Amino acid sequence: MLLKEIICLLEASLVYGEQYLNKEIKKAFAADLMSDVLRLNTEDMILITGMANLQVLRTAEMSDVSYILFVRNKKVTPEMLALAEENGIAVMQCKQSMFKVCGELYKAGLEPVF
Amino acid sequence: MEFNFNIEGGNFSRAGTASSEIKKILKQLNVDSNLIKRIVVALYEAEVNVVAHAWEGNIYVHIRPDAIEVTVADKGPGIPDINLAMQEGYSTASPEVREMGFGAGMGLPNMQKNCDKLQIESEINIGTKVTMLTYLKPQ
Repeated sequence: MLLKEIICLLEASLVYGEQYLNKEIKKAFAADLMSDVLRLNTEDMILITGMANLQVLRTAEMSDVSYILFVRNKKVTPEMLALAEENGIAVMQCKQSMFKVCGELYKAGLEPVF
Repeated sequence: MEFNFNIEGGNFSRAGTASSEIKKILKQLNVDSNLIKRIVVALYEAEVNVVAHAWEGNIYVHIRPDAIEVTVADKGPGIPDINLAMQEGYSTASPEVREMGFGAGMGLPNMQKNCDKLQIESEINIGTKVTMLTYLKPQ
């Protein structure tokens, strides 16, 4: 799926990363535990999380995650946005629950990391 | 080539800044991107551990012709039982650490997974020293 298709499907808003809208995403991983994210093969993967703090961006930076979707109406703070810009990480936010988002994306063809 | 960075204990807003700087240096040196990921994931786990548990710490990175050696040393409470701390799921993290998305008892095992040699030395109420060696070519 293209990033822009994900945004459209979930009625999400793009906070940063207009230049990545046509990038293809093949896999998704949903977690609030960053320790689990640090153990993944993150290629072509979007991270779905309800955890909104600076360490989510740091975790993404270290583990080469290029796309993050914040669910449950969690907001990206200016400090988080600055880190996303510095590291070229696309960030989105949406109002739906993690379960709903995972269901929709699975139905649309995204694959689990494992 | 050698680099040193300080880590402030307890300051979560700065946790990861040293790992971030080191990632930039390794990229500039054209180190293989898969190796960079392994090194910085292990380093970030170690940096978060220092912020979460210790009073202050220091990261020393030695870029050798054959390997990258990272030493993270802290002044802190130390680890009473290293074998227990190496078990997945064992954690002594505070609720504050868990609220940040860490403290699930995965840090040390993940550091071991992401380097070729891991050495841990610790003294109660003095501190902990973790040395991680990652070879640039498969051994």
